[in-house]
Amino acid sequence: MESHRGRSGGGSPGSRTFSRRWVLGAGATTLLTTGLTACGSGSGSGGDSGTITAFVYGDDAVKVQEAGVARFNKSATAKKAGGTVKLEKVPGSDYSPKLRTAMGSPSAPDVFFNWGGGSIKAYEEAGKLVDLTDIISDDPVLKDGFLPAVLAAGDLKGRHYGIPMRGMQPVILFYNKSVFAEHKLQPPTTWDQLLDNNAKLKKAGITPFALGGADIWPELMWLEYLVDRIGGPEVFKRIQDGDAEGWGDPAVLRAAEMVKELVDDGAFGSKFTSVSFVNGGAPAVFAKGKAAMHLMGSWEYPTQLGKFPDFARNNLGWAAFPKVEDGTGDVRNVVGNPTNYWSVNARTRNKDLAVAFLKDCASQAYAKDLIDLGDVPTTSNAAELLSSAPNPEYARFQYDMVEQAPAFTLSWDQALGDALGTKMHTEIGKLFAGKSSPSQFVTACKGLK
Amino acid sequence: MSATLDKRHKQHKRHKGYKGYKGYKQPAAQTQGTRTGRPHAAWALPAVAFFTFFAVVPMALAFYLSFTRWDGLGDPQPVGLDNWRKLLDDPRLTQSLRLTVLLTFASWAFQTVVALLLGVWAAGRQRNRAVLSAIFFVPFLLSSTAIAVLFYALLDPNFGIIQRDVLGSSSGAFLAIVFVGGWQFIPFHTLIYQGGARQIPQVLYQAAAIDGAGRYRQFFSITLPQLRHTITTSTVLIVVGSLTYFETVLILTKGGPGTDTAILPYLMYEAGFKSYDFGYASAIASFLVLAATGLSLLLVRMTGFGTMRSTREGM
Repeated sequence: MESHRGRSGGGSPGSRTFSRRWVLGAGATTLLTTGLTACGSGSGSGGDSGTITAFVYGDDAVKVQEAGVARFNKSATAKKAGGTVKLEKVPGSDYSPKLRTAMGSPSAPDVFFNWGGGSIKAYEEAGKLVDLTDIISDDPVLKDGFLPAVLAAGDLKGRHYGIPMRGMQPVILFYNKSVFAEHKLQPPTTWDQLLDNNAKLKKAGITPFALGGADIWPELMWLEYLVDRIGGPEVFKRIQDGDAEGWGDPAVLRAAEMVKELVDDGAFGSKFTSVSFVNGGAPAVFAKGKAAMHLMGSWEYPTQLGKFPDFARNNLGWAAFPKVEDGTGDVRNVVGNPTNYWSVNARTRNKDLAVAFLKDCASQAYAKDLIDLGDVPTTSNAAELLSSAPNPEYARFQYDMVEQAPAFTLSWDQALGDALGTKMHTEIGKLFAGKSSPSQFVTACKGLK
Repeated sequence: MSATLDKRHKQHKRHKGYKGYKGYKQPAAQTQGTRTGRPHAAWALPAVAFFTFFAVVPMALAFYLSFTRWDGLGDPQPVGLDNWRKLLDDPRLTQSLRLTVLLTFASWAFQTVVALLLGVWAAGRQRNRAVLSAIFFVPFLLSSTAIAVLFYALLDPNFGIIQRDVLGSSSGAFLAIVFVGGWQFIPFHTLIYQGGARQIPQVLYQAAAIDGAGRYRQFFSITLPQLRHTITTSTVLIVVGSLTYFETVLILTKGGPGTDTAILPYLMYEAGFKSYDFGYASAIASFLVLAATGLSLLLVRMTGFGTMRSTREGM
């Protein structure tokens, strides 16, 4: 699904690939439209019996997995389990459809990258996943290796199907420090302050927020945080658990109304519906000071580091999403992607080898690789590694944000899965584009199935 | 069939022999003559096989899938007419159909008018026209994805060339799609019209000039009527092409703003490769096949193209 791709494209430093050469994204689209069937024929598990295949989202962050695979293949554990792992990198925006096609074919991967939750629901229902719950609880390395909340965030019906394998990706309110300094502004901690800032910025001819509306998922982030701040994480939890009436919660309507106010007020400028994050438009508007703030996943930092390094190092500020005055949600709550996961195909040729490979993700060396890349690992040992991060301050901020969060709401589209998520995207796009009113939005969402 | 073939061979031989008798020096004529004529039916086999495997079989499979539920994993589950019922109930179908028809018509109007004029102009034998029409042909050689990516960059609201939010407004996005499609395909239709216009006997123009007809009169009374079949050919190609137009929409607008450029093929893509509802996507695909076939048959019938009446009748 688009969001997954875009998001994890950003998700991890994939955005670096896109933002530096957004043409690549389009190239991948070509592949998608022309070569989908051809894609299914990569080297799958059909190799020699000792080798298993791992599909991974092919962005810049893949370096960490490459190093991990190389390390694992040389290890004694691999020898004991009798084989090696072959990593297959799938170009970002192609990932979801290719995985889907491959999983239905004889050349399915043994281990595959995913977003947990809704993104693997269809595979679970088709009996294609190994239930890792017992394996994890029986294995001290896996059991104590990861932050429990992150491990649980990818669950389906309380069962674990994935092992965290990339950095945490909370959504953060980024701001342009030089613009803020020039207009004597502080990052908003309440909604009123945010509106107050907006008014001052607009007076100065600056768009308050950059927004990649063409991708839709950046718009979703606004609703996710607003609903959380107004009604708490329970509102979406109800929807996620399959109760479509949950969309009728007053918090959803209120959030949609606030979105409409922001849009009508010009908080995102007038062109946001055709600005994209994936092609680098929104980050550029933000870095160049045309917009003062940007609500985005933690990958905004590596993205800016790739595109506008000076801005990223000197003028990129970060803050939590503000509190909504009469809302019940805790201001420390976080939305976003807890991380990405490895899951194991139920029809793998060598389950022991696959599980042994997953354990490497809990290792010190693996976490160190993630840190060096600018990511914050979700392993229990992450805290002690933070000081060696390229930007320790930012790493510490992310880590604390996630660690202290009473609730971490998984991105809605990923929590709901592809079928519902895509339709929800359509409705969100219409709301932001002014094609439907907040109450029409709520009605439409209630009817999603 | 083979009898007719043989007859033709003989006729050809006779014809060539006659030429030889007149004294043309054509030593190869005799052997060539035996090779010309209608080829054996087996020659069609590669094309038929190709068409069967890559068009007929997938179409049949899509039709079959439209009666099932399939998310790409496991086996398709038969669900009878569910997808087709859902298709008729889908509120997005109405909008999508309207947009598809509108896009088809707009593309037809834009491409036909420009290509017709350019083609007739390019039919002239002047050298500058030959050079320019070669240049005009270039866009057709590019992949439509590359073209869409190019225009997407040019139309970027903040960093593009016009810095206006073209793709952000419903009409702007729609017109952009029509324009980009036209930019790509007008060269092809120009070529068709160029060929068509060159076929028109000069005698007609000479006669018209004697009768005192001016340029415009000649165009409307000779060129246009003589291009009747060419227009039909080009129209059918444009209509079928527009009905299946996809990459440009995916890259330029992703169906947006909102759903205001979500034409049927895009809806199909979304159902298939974003929602993984291949059954429903196949229903949309089958519907498109039926609509496109029906529409082109209708066009051919309405214009009398099928009867192949000559434009030279009575000359």
